[in-house]
Amino acid sequence: MSVQPCARLHRARFLSWSIASAIMIVALVIGSAQSGNALPLPTAKVRAIPAFARKYGMPCSSCHQAWPMLSPFGQAFKDNGYQLMNDRDAPIYQQPGYWPVTFRITPIWHRENENRATVDGPGGVSGNEANVTTHGFDWSGLDFHTGGTLAKNFSFYVLPSSDSTAAFHFETVFARVDNIAGSSWFNLKLGKFELDNLLSEKRILTLTNVSGVYTNYHFQPATENNGVNAAFPVFGFGIGDNQVGLELMGHSKDDRTRYSASVLSSNDGSPNLPTSRGYDGFFTVSQAFQVGSLGLQRVGAFAYLGQAPTYFQFTNGNNTGIPGNAAFGLPGTGVGNRSFYRTGLIGQIYIKKYDVTAMYFRSSDDKYLATGTPTNPAYGTLPVGAQNATWNGALFESHYTFNPQVILIQRVELVRMSQQALPVVAGAYVPGVSVPTSTFGNEDVYTFGGRYYPFISSRAGFAFHGEYAFSHQIGTSAVTGRNLDFSSLLTGFDFAF
Amino acid sequence: MRKMNISKLFGAIAILLAAPLLVTAQQGESHIGNLSGRPDAGKQLYFRYCWGCHGFRGDGGGENGPYLNILPRNFVAATFKCRSTPTGTLPTDQDLYNSLVRGFDNTNMPSWITLTSQQRADLVAFIKTFSDRWKTEKAGPPIEVPAEPALTLQSIQHGKELFTKLECWKCHGPEGRGDGPSASTLTDSNDQPIRPYNFAAGSRFKCGTSNHDLYKIFMSGLDGTPMPSFADVIKPEDAWDLVHYLRTLQVTHKSPELTLWEGSKEGAEIVRAQKVSGTPTGSGVW
Repeated sequence: MSVQPCARLHRARFLSWSIASAIMIVALVIGSAQSGNALPLPTAKVRAIPAFARKYGMPCSSCHQAWPMLSPFGQAFKDNGYQLMNDRDAPIYQQPGYWPVTFRITPIWHRENENRATVDGPGGVSGNEANVTTHGFDWSGLDFHTGGTLAKNFSFYVLPSSDSTAAFHFETVFARVDNIAGSSWFNLKLGKFELDNLLSEKRILTLTNVSGVYTNYHFQPATENNGVNAAFPVFGFGIGDNQVGLELMGHSKDDRTRYSASVLSSNDGSPNLPTSRGYDGFFTVSQAFQVGSLGLQRVGAFAYLGQAPTYFQFTNGNNTGIPGNAAFGLPGTGVGNRSFYRTGLIGQIYIKKYDVTAMYFRSSDDKYLATGTPTNPAYGTLPVGAQNATWNGALFESHYTFNPQVILIQRVELVRMSQQALPVVAGAYVPGVSVPTSTFGNEDVYTFGGRYYPFISSRAGFAFHGEYAFSHQIGTSAVTGRNLDFSSLLTGFDFAF
Repeated sequence: MRKMNISKLFGAIAILLAAPLLVTAQQGESHIGNLSGRPDAGKQLYFRYCWGCHGFRGDGGGENGPYLNILPRNFVAATFKCRSTPTGTLPTDQDLYNSLVRGFDNTNMPSWITLTSQQRADLVAFIKTFSDRWKTEKAGPPIEVPAEPALTLQSIQHGKELFTKLECWKCHGPEGRGDGPSASTLTDSNDQPIRPYNFAAGSRFKCGTSNHDLYKIFMSGLDGTPMPSFADVIKPEDAWDLVHYLRTLQVTHKSPELTLWEGSKEGAEIVRAQKVSGTPTGSGVW
């Protein structure tokens, strides 16, 4: 049906008016939300309360930009040893029945896809690859946070954590002494704790299997732990893992300037000293500054200088006939240490309600670690042409916080090998011998999500969570050596009480 | 026709939604030094950090009120303790800003020093929107604080006499421990029990740390509390003498006044009697 010119003009005017009005309404709704008009009135008083919020009676939005992610105020609270520094920090001011416990768990629905999962098939056991998708209702692990002050400037944190089958371990166990000699520059922490990462993985806003951790915090080259040499202890490390040791941390009164220096056992946070007797060091420094009305900006740098064993000095119970079999290495007797490092720079930029965190990583593992080779010639020899593995990483995470109740999340992580541990030889990946390309193991991860907190309270937290994450790694599918993709879609009710 | 009605409806809704934004935009700013705070920006911050105690309406009726033994400030009443202005007048923007920076010891109000100075200025601007007083009144003129005279033993002794003469001891106690005979009867403007300041505990003053701040406290009074202004009662030089003496009551806080006072025979005996060791809360361990 044709439209007469006059009617067309009238319709065009009407449409433009209507569209303009609709856009204006949407903009105003967003504007209203931004200015706080859209915040609902508080719901009925809730008497049961989580740990710190109930102690101080402050809404979770004070310390969290969007929980669990900290705001600058929350970071200062943490840096002060979970104290507001206003003479109400000692437990003597709390009701005797107060017990600082919070638990967090997340019922979810999720969909997982792997494009080249190893499966049985006509080719034999584990001889095929298939695109595998699973989905269904589920739940996360459980975190039991207990923490607080024992007295003014003495505090603790204990976090028993389980996976979704309720198999518990201690994720965090430490006590700390703050403001030594009356100075905020001297605070000591002893135990198992999250490294003073300027972008905290334990307060990550994403939950999927693909993006529940920062890839750059855990990346190890695909040539490592290749199983070729059974005498080589498994080398596992991530700066996102909680580590065991002693941390000295200091900050200015307003928390603009921060530093930390830690000495850590070289066991990647595992209890009972399972591998070596070595020690690692982790160092951070950062400075925040105000840029007009944009907000608080922070730049910083970090370095983890570590070592890891390549074989066990003593074994016990080895029934495979292979000296130094990792499965039977005597705990704590790992020797033949070789070094590795993780260094980087970070910038956290706030442009009013929009914030961006950008990180650059430069990392390296010694060639023995990177090829899974014991340094003791009796147990094996270094592959021909082996060299230290080095790689670069980048992370860009941005948030748009409409108001304390709504946050949108976006993240891109990139890992690029700059030097492979094994020689590059065209063809297939041959563990312990060669890699097919210089890009072997490069990884990209993309994440999008959002969280909506239907109420803000000093008693409990609840968030509707939605997220999609996708990862792409070059050449690492187990059977065909083709690119390996994972995707994960998750929605759930995230709550803490 | 029907289409036109729908478009008008869209327009009307748009105007209705815009109204609160326009109202917000018309409200006043705050001015602290070179900073200008905007109430619309402060509103965002208030609903992130402050409403749990001070309430959605700024009346101090936040959900935590029942759990706090010193009630949060009621911004609707616009009665403020820490001012540089005469009693009964509104504080300056700088006064409110300083309170945000400092926080209040012995209450649940922390220091907001971790916020940027712009954010604090924005909060001040928004806090002022809760009361009509800010529309009809101006902040009082800041009281003049003359230069502090030299510290002498005579100054401290004269301050001690004034402490008795002005009956400060009735509330604060003869040793400044906040245990005077009237202490248990005191209430604030909300009819809530209130304790006089305990000098011996060594915690910071309500409104600052310096001698200058202490001078201002009793010359401006703490509005909303039984602590009156002494501006019309004593001369500035007498006020400084009182400041010097009050410092000696802070027996756990090293100060030139305490050192000088302990150096005299009279002072040494008094301070020795006032000093107690250890604190039951564990505070001040370092």
